[in-house]
Amino acid sequence: MKYCPTCRGSCVKLSSSLASTLPPQTSRGRHLTRDFLWKNMAVYGPVVKIHPVVLASIADSYERRNEGATRVIGTILGTIDKHSVEITNCFSVPHNESEDEVAVDMEFAKNMYELHKKVSPSEAIVGWYATGFDITEHSVLIHEYYSREAQNPIHLTLDTTLQNGKMNVRAYVSAQMGVPGKTVGVMFTPLTVKHIYYDTERIGIDLLHTTCASPSRTNGLTSDLAQVGTSAARVQDMLTTVLAYIEDVLSGKVIADNSVGRCLMDLLNKVPFIPAEDFESMLNSNINDLLMVTYLTNLAQAQISLNEKLVVL
Amino acid sequence: MASRKESGVSSSNTLDSPVKQIQIEGLVVLKIIKHYQEEGQGSEVVQGVLLGLVVEDRLEITNCFPFPQHTEEDADFDEVQYQMEMMRSLRHVNIDHLHVGWYQSTFYGSFVSRALLDSQFSYQHAIEESVVLIYDPIKTAQGSLSLKAYRLTPKLMEICKEKDFSAEGLKKAAVGYENMFEEVPIVIKNSHLISVLLWELEEKSTVPSKHELLSLSSSSSHLEKSLQMLMDRVDDMSQDIVKFNTFSRNTSKQQQQKHQYIQRRQQENTQRQSRGEPPLPEEDISKMFKPPQPPPRMDTLLIAGQINTYCQTVKEFTSQNLGKLFMAEALQGHNS
Repeated sequence: MKYCPTCRGSCVKLSSSLASTLPPQTSRGRHLTRDFLWKNMAVYGPVVKIHPVVLASIADSYERRNEGATRVIGTILGTIDKHSVEITNCFSVPHNESEDEVAVDMEFAKNMYELHKKVSPSEAIVGWYATGFDITEHSVLIHEYYSREAQNPIHLTLDTTLQNGKMNVRAYVSAQMGVPGKTVGVMFTPLTVKHIYYDTERIGIDLLHTTCASPSRTNGLTSDLAQVGTSAARVQDMLTTVLAYIEDVLSGKVIADNSVGRCLMDLLNKVPFIPAEDFESMLNSNINDLLMVTYLTNLAQAQISLNEKLVVL
Repeated sequence: MASRKESGVSSSNTLDSPVKQIQIEGLVVLKIIKHYQEEGQGSEVVQGVLLGLVVEDRLEITNCFPFPQHTEEDADFDEVQYQMEMMRSLRHVNIDHLHVGWYQSTFYGSFVSRALLDSQFSYQHAIEESVVLIYDPIKTAQGSLSLKAYRLTPKLMEICKEKDFSAEGLKKAAVGYENMFEEVPIVIKNSHLISVLLWELEEKSTVPSKHELLSLSSSSSHLEKSLQMLMDRVDDMSQDIVKFNTFSRNTSKQQQQKHQYIQRRQQENTQRQSRGEPPLPEEDISKMFKPPQPPPRMDTLLIAGQINTYCQTVKEFTSQNLGKLFMAEALQGHNS
């Protein structure tokens, strides 16, 4: 049994037969931990692309679960491509789960799907989700139901119980296993999960992320000029980090890395070298344009307020 | 809260309004963004309903659902039924089912219209604290989330109730284009679980965070379009003004004519009296001179409000760009 002493047991213990197929250490010396294996395991099946709104919805429905329920399930909607499945929406479905039986409100699921279809007719049922850490026996039953609704449904899990200190998002497809003719079982094989965003979604997520920093978890929407200010501050921070790195390299504390050096050259070359007078004239003409527009809009505003007063007379 | 209020808001109104602040969950923001992105590319606006609850003087918006587009083919599509079904279903999964407002996407900031006014009035009439959230996707794509919440001022509510849109009615209530809508500050609040999720996404996201905000090229197209819409509105406004001018001219002309007629009548009467004939019967003057129809003032008010909004957006935009230009200058200064 190969056992890695440095990872203090969180590596996967490999039997000697497996050890011949998988190296216990990768070429960079990283140890095989569960997470590492997860990221690099076989990717049979389509790639699953998830939008952040789905994950936020699932987390929200978990927070609103009924008393006594340990997990929440629901349907996920999206579009299917040749090699990937894009999940864009979801809704939760009420269900009851006890030791030996599970009851899912199918009528409700159908109704909700019809309603959702009215808004976005291009979304189809691609699978179902469940919160929680592992896959239980009940999941198999639910998965069977969903196989009737969609071809090869995807089972998505969001680990809201925060095992391992992380909220893991995993996706599975079911595959038949076992000896044909005799008892056939179902195995859930994992798929790669990618997070994708629309541009506007990315900007929204950036803004939402700022709420994590404040202690009351709130944030107001700032005015435009203040936003330019924050972006400038961000760029400034990045420049300070880069400068600190360069200082370290020059003083010999850190070995110079050629690829970083090349990136820095790129960075410097990106600022275009424009002769001073040309730049002055460009800057001035732009500023003049903007000032003119401001003047005109102020004029228009003065005009309408005047008009207002005159009419009321 | 340092959020800058638009200068078009009269500060006295916030004292007597029941809602002083809006608290939105991150989920709602994401849903609105997604709805526009997927369904709103072709047509003008996408709409939806906001759900939540009222806590003291805060309006908390916890969820939302979109409305399907209005198409001509679905003549038998029942909006109310869709809404009822949706809310009933959401109640089963413990989502707040209190209607607190609605949201709409806008195209370059043009949302002050009769339809919006009517919808918001019916909402506010039914539910005291409702708001309309205006989401501007094009501005958001340029770097900063543009989401604003508006309510009708109490004065405007009264006018709408009485349906008295004439000039006297408006004068009585002293409603100017600045007092039509009041903007309510928005705060985004996330639960702890969602915060955990956000941190996870940060770690795993393959798409780098967008720095569109600092791009200088955003100036031309957006500014052009905004200015174009501003010009169209100003044209509409001038047409309205012309109409009003003709109306006032007509009224004054008519007054003059009335005067002349009365005078002539009196003269004739005195002449006839001097000749000893019976005086002519007094005719009903008002029937002869029908006063011209005063033009409706509401549209002018709306146009003025819209022009105001355009001007505000353009000014914000130019201030932003000036800042960016000065930053670019600083960068050049280092090089040369």
